[in-house]
Amino acid sequence: MRILRKFALVLALASLAGRAPSSAGSADALTPLPVTEVAPGTFVFEGAVSLMTRENEGAIANLGFVVGRDAVAVIDSGGSVLEGMRLRAAIRGKTAKPIRYVINTHAHPDHIFGDAAFLQDGAAFVGHQNLPQALAVRGPFYLDAFRPILGDELMRDVKLAPPTQLVQGSAELDLGGRRLTLQTWPTAHTDSDLTVLDQSTGTLFAGDLVFVEHIPIVDGSIRGFLASIDQLAGTEARRVVPGHGPVSAWPEALAGERRYLDQLARDVRALIARGERLETAAQTAAASERSRWKLFEEYNARNATAAFSELEWE
Amino acid sequence: MISSCLRQLCLVAAVAAPICAQAAAPEDDDPWPGLVQDIFQGRPMEDGSRLIVLEAPNRAEDAAVVPVTLRTTLPPGDARYPMSMTLVIDHNPAPMAARFEFGRDSTITALSTRVRVNAYTDVHAVLELSDGKLYVTKKYVKASGGCSAPAAKDAEAAKKRLGQLRFRQFATPPDPQASRTREAQLIIGHPNNSGLQMDQLTHLYIPPSFVNEVRIWRNDEMMLSMEGGISISEDPNIRFTYVAGDEDRIRVEAKDTDGRVFKGEWPSEQPGP
Repeated sequence: MRILRKFALVLALASLAGRAPSSAGSADALTPLPVTEVAPGTFVFEGAVSLMTRENEGAIANLGFVVGRDAVAVIDSGGSVLEGMRLRAAIRGKTAKPIRYVINTHAHPDHIFGDAAFLQDGAAFVGHQNLPQALAVRGPFYLDAFRPILGDELMRDVKLAPPTQLVQGSAELDLGGRRLTLQTWPTAHTDSDLTVLDQSTGTLFAGDLVFVEHIPIVDGSIRGFLASIDQLAGTEARRVVPGHGPVSAWPEALAGERRYLDQLARDVRALIARGERLETAAQTAAASERSRWKLFEEYNARNATAAFSELEWE
Repeated sequence: MISSCLRQLCLVAAVAAPICAQAAAPEDDDPWPGLVQDIFQGRPMEDGSRLIVLEAPNRAEDAAVVPVTLRTTLPPGDARYPMSMTLVIDHNPAPMAARFEFGRDSTITALSTRVRVNAYTDVHAVLELSDGKLYVTKKYVKASGGCSAPAAKDAEAAKKRLGQLRFRQFATPPDPQASRTREAQLIIGHPNNSGLQMDQLTHLYIPPSFVNEVRIWRNDEMMLSMEGGISISEDPNIRFTYVAGDEDRIRVEAKDTDGRVFKGEWPSEQPGP
């Protein structure tokens, strides 16, 4: 019996190694994440528009890093430590400068499960002032819930690193001749949303305040989401790195998301006014948007549920 | 490929010998028999599939807000009446979500609430009839996918709503004029904090605070009461179908674990403020 289990483990490791070496390996042995230099010194990995799975190593969110004269800042670390290590390998393929900051745009697993890959760098972990509470409330649940989804191998090293530098309102990080402006938002996509503007290239890392192609997800407040993107639209930038979907022109990238959220809010309000049940909203709200988004079936009912229980209080 | 073959191998092996006992644990480890002991003192359970309908989505779309409806379906002429209904979410940290008690003349035939669902789980509904017996039915609910969590989405907003009561009534189709059947909905603004979350990293601790008792009277008669736990969603929500009388007044009193009391009163058949 024990032999078989060992055999299984070896096979599992071998199959993992076929795609990318195990997270136990050194950074040199890892396949770096494919990154694109969207502007000088500003790099982006585009995640798959998908749910997190064992097969995609949790790599569904867009990640980025910005290289300054003195140091590097990472924006989101990915959905597994393996992905975080591969991001780190990609950074090391571009620069040997120290990784000084790891910025988490919010508390969702696809953005933070890679944090532990950067513990070795002694980087500051930067997040919204609400991030510690969000991690406290959601962290243990995420660790349990994603073990069967991602598997023990990918989950083993995941640690939810406490943010060491909290942001309330706006803050600047200096990478040496290169400033990043961080901005926190009232509850919108989540209650710990933070955006990063790379001033020198006009690149806005919007986290999950912006979705392109991937259906927007409401895990905070639909009213807050709509209000925040109206304000965010005023940000002077050339391009946006959304949390999910391709790097896009700014602020045009907001149009689809705004239309979807408006439609969802409108439909849900009408259902509430008619005395319909939450279940009905989950099945019918924003149905006109179905063909316009990837992962609509996976998330729309959930968005409608969240919107319904929020808008019921109006 | 390899891993899926391997899983099949495990499955085959598991039938032959408990070699993959760990992987198969969730199915083997059925908490229900223990819950029958703990919650119902081991009382015998009759098949309730003809007397009670439990409606819940196949998948918890939002782990924090999963709608559940319980309907009694006593055949016409059956002299028995419902005494209580208990909703159990087997794999939640606090499985007993709610126990509803009905007044003798409540006329309630259906009620809905919203619950948190932490994991793949059976949900059980247990109906106690006036014959003194318990009747059970169940439904399997898959946990939500993605980043959904059974947690507050906007803790600040929830705090601001604390203590607000909303009461609405809806005439039920198909023939609202001819029928006096009404649906009433009560929402109690409350974060319903579970107190289960402690963080070793930040030492933040959110103390438990939840609505544990709701009583609803029609005029001076107790109509419906709920004993609730932390599996009930933020802003506890009860929607029930009943037969309205002439000039009923609906009175509500809710209590939370901090000893706060929330009260409201509304005339029947008119929307509340």
